[in-house]
Amino acid sequence: MLPVTYYLGLSAILFTLGALGVLIKRNAIVIFMSIELMLNAANLAFVTFARAYGALSGQIFVFFVMAVAAAEVAVGLALIVTIFHTKQNIDIDQMNMMKG
Amino acid sequence: MTTDLIVFSGLALVAVASAIGLLASQNAVYSALFLILNFSTVAVFYLILGAPFIALTQITVYAGAIMVLFLFVIMLLGAEQMGYASPLRWQRPLALFLGVVLAAEAIYVVLTNRALLPTGAQAGPTFGSPVMVGEVLFNQYLLPFEVISLLLLAAMIGAIVLSRGKS
Repeated sequence: MLPVTYYLGLSAILFTLGALGVLIKRNAIVIFMSIELMLNAANLAFVTFARAYGALSGQIFVFFVMAVAAAEVAVGLALIVTIFHTKQNIDIDQMNMMKG
Repeated sequence: MTTDLIVFSGLALVAVASAIGLLASQNAVYSALFLILNFSTVAVFYLILGAPFIALTQITVYAGAIMVLFLFVIMLLGAEQMGYASPLRWQRPLALFLGVVLAAEAIYVVLTNRALLPTGAQAGPTFGSPVMVGEVLFNQYLLPFEVISLLLLAAMIGAIVLSRGKS
């Protein structure tokens, strides 16, 4: 197997790109996709360590992360649809109703 | 070793390029398709790292179910072109700067702690197979597994309640 450093470096780069997406994009759905990208980068690090230590617990954790991500997407997209119905827009700059 | 490196470099290039494509495209549908490509390449990484079960779960759950849900919502709302012009001019350069700092920090931490990292254990041919994953999942992690089923039920009810509308 290749050195763990390579996989961790790739994971770090993918995580950073996901964080950049959250910072740059204004479309709530694309921001949500960037969050999925970050979760995926963390999963890659988990699987790398599972292989490097020869322990399956890392893979089980990835399984749980996927289940939580699925639940999060179901609720999050329902929230986005509801917000769209009230504001006719999903631009996050428009969501400032709680601004004092 | 060399073949491994070539395969890794090619896949890593595709993964990073598709992630950049996700950020760069102005159309949310293209972003979703780039994300599907990214998930698929990461699934191939899982296969290389001895996790075939997780790799196929990644394809079916992430690239399949979750992204189809995303595409459905994008097309349902007609939100392909929405919200990409931010009124804040300083936001994009600042975000790029902070992203570069984050990446540099993460890679610096990985490189300086190289001595602490494992070099790779010997994995048997059945490592990561569905049988072994199932054994660990249903013995050692049975309680978390059941809690996850409860979480999924709660998420399902939540999604139904939110999207039911006022009646």
